[in-house]
Amino acid sequence: MPFIANTAEQQKQMLAEMGLTMEKLFSDIPKGLLCGQLNLPDGLPEQEVREVLAGLAGKNSIDLTLFLGGGFYDHFIPAAVYSIISRSEFYTAYTPYQPEVSQGTLQAIYEYQSTICRLTDMEVANASIYDGGTAMYEAMMMALRITGRNKVIIDTSVNPIYRVMIESYTRNLKIELVQTHCATGLVDREQILAKLDNDTAAVILQNPNFFGCVDDFSDIAEAAHKKGALLVVSCYPISLGILKTPSSMGADIVTGEGQSLGMPMSFGGPYLGFMATRMEHVRKMPGRIIGRTKDRNGTDCFVMTLQAREQHIRREKATSNICSNEALCAMTALVYLSLLGKEGLRETAQLCADKASYAYSRLTAIPGVKSHFKAKWFFNEFVLDLPKDAADVIGKLIEKGFAAGFPLSRYYPDMKNCILVCVTEKRTKQQIGMFAEALESVL
Amino acid sequence: MVVKGLLYTKDHEWAKIEGDIAIIGITDHAQNQLGELTFVELPDVGKEIKQKGELAVVESSKAASDVYSPVTGKVIEANTKLEKNPEIVNDDCYGAGWICKIQITDKGSTQNLIDAAQYEIYLKGL
Repeated sequence: MPFIANTAEQQKQMLAEMGLTMEKLFSDIPKGLLCGQLNLPDGLPEQEVREVLAGLAGKNSIDLTLFLGGGFYDHFIPAAVYSIISRSEFYTAYTPYQPEVSQGTLQAIYEYQSTICRLTDMEVANASIYDGGTAMYEAMMMALRITGRNKVIIDTSVNPIYRVMIESYTRNLKIELVQTHCATGLVDREQILAKLDNDTAAVILQNPNFFGCVDDFSDIAEAAHKKGALLVVSCYPISLGILKTPSSMGADIVTGEGQSLGMPMSFGGPYLGFMATRMEHVRKMPGRIIGRTKDRNGTDCFVMTLQAREQHIRREKATSNICSNEALCAMTALVYLSLLGKEGLRETAQLCADKASYAYSRLTAIPGVKSHFKAKWFFNEFVLDLPKDAADVIGKLIEKGFAAGFPLSRYYPDMKNCILVCVTEKRTKQQIGMFAEALESVL
Repeated sequence: MVVKGLLYTKDHEWAKIEGDIAIIGITDHAQNQLGELTFVELPDVGKEIKQKGELAVVESSKAASDVYSPVTGKVIEANTKLEKNPEIVNDDCYGAGWICKIQITDKGSTQNLIDAAQYEIYLKGL
């Protein structure tokens, strides 16, 4: 049904026809919920609106050189990505409801699923979910369903925003969330083992973790499996170009934020949650799954499969009632990965690591700046101890044209002067040098 | 089709009582309503279950339904043949398509099940 605007005169006529007043028409809605008169200014001509909006937009600090990561990353996006995804055949935000007539979209999602499987080395991926945080929440719920248990261990080195999301989603559920504290940059095995028991459904970890440190969770996977628990690993997809895959560590469910795969950083989204698991758990996985089959003429075709798990069929017992496919973002990730190819992804990841390593040595050479953790291995982010309050330093560097990093005290109160610095393949040697000089000048 | 000698629930499960063991399945009416089954989620052996508790899940291309336990007891065997061939339930729901065997721990839980004649009348009223 189209939106049909009506005039005050037409409203009067319609109400008269029904024998109602506007108050009576909306009498079922409690008074406190009605918005009444909206406090909106009078309309403006389009040209003036553009000027007002341009003025507001001008207040943003743009063109900063980014050394800020913390879950979202400034990677180069080839122009072809946008050209391809903006074709009208692909330009939908959603899985089509009549899948059979949208073979192209279904094929694209199927190929997206295949690339996620290749990337994570897992057996089956879904058509995507909202973002990295909800993907982790869904993985946790999936682990609870698989094991029939209700205790979950999550480490503080997992992205704090994801942890806030999980706490928020599970506040009214009977789930025991146990937190282990990361003090060295790497997951403390002793704490995990002490908390891991026969009631544990899952251990949730992240690699590289929020501090950028790289770990190998193979031993934790083994310990978890011995207790009948699952290992959930959230990962940074670009890093998989060079790092050991979660699958080879023994992870049972792999999730992550897909923004780094061709999506610009844009005030919180829309982004992409990806999720993959082993075939034995496929029926417990939420979200849409596109499958490949043959039609009655023996021709390859694509269908939505295993739908009985989903909310439109399974209703309140569905694997999830809050998830949705992010078709256009999934398409973006697919196009980005296809353009880079295997070699391109590996090179991008290597460049990130090499440039971060160079930046680390430049920045830690500044008097008073030290590495916070002793842990040696990081991917493209690292934590520095500054001699001053990190938030103040970041504020001063914005004036010099740099988004210097993330002040960790925002989520870790004991890390007062700590800054999380990120370097992607986009940063040049010159930019890194200028950043080091700028940082030194404000300390 | 209703088979005499079995006990039924209004949720369309059947139970064949042999001493203190109950063999459980879904009725012809249930399999017919679901259509061709694509998956049966079997209960774990050893699972303790109350009457009307969620025992298994039967899934077809158009629906997934819970199978509720007709009796209170402990699962002692599951029909693992259904893992690879769920359509056995469609072909022979009262025979080879049984879902699991339950050791009845509360004999009283069989008292409120209905017999074949009562189930038939119930089906006619649907």
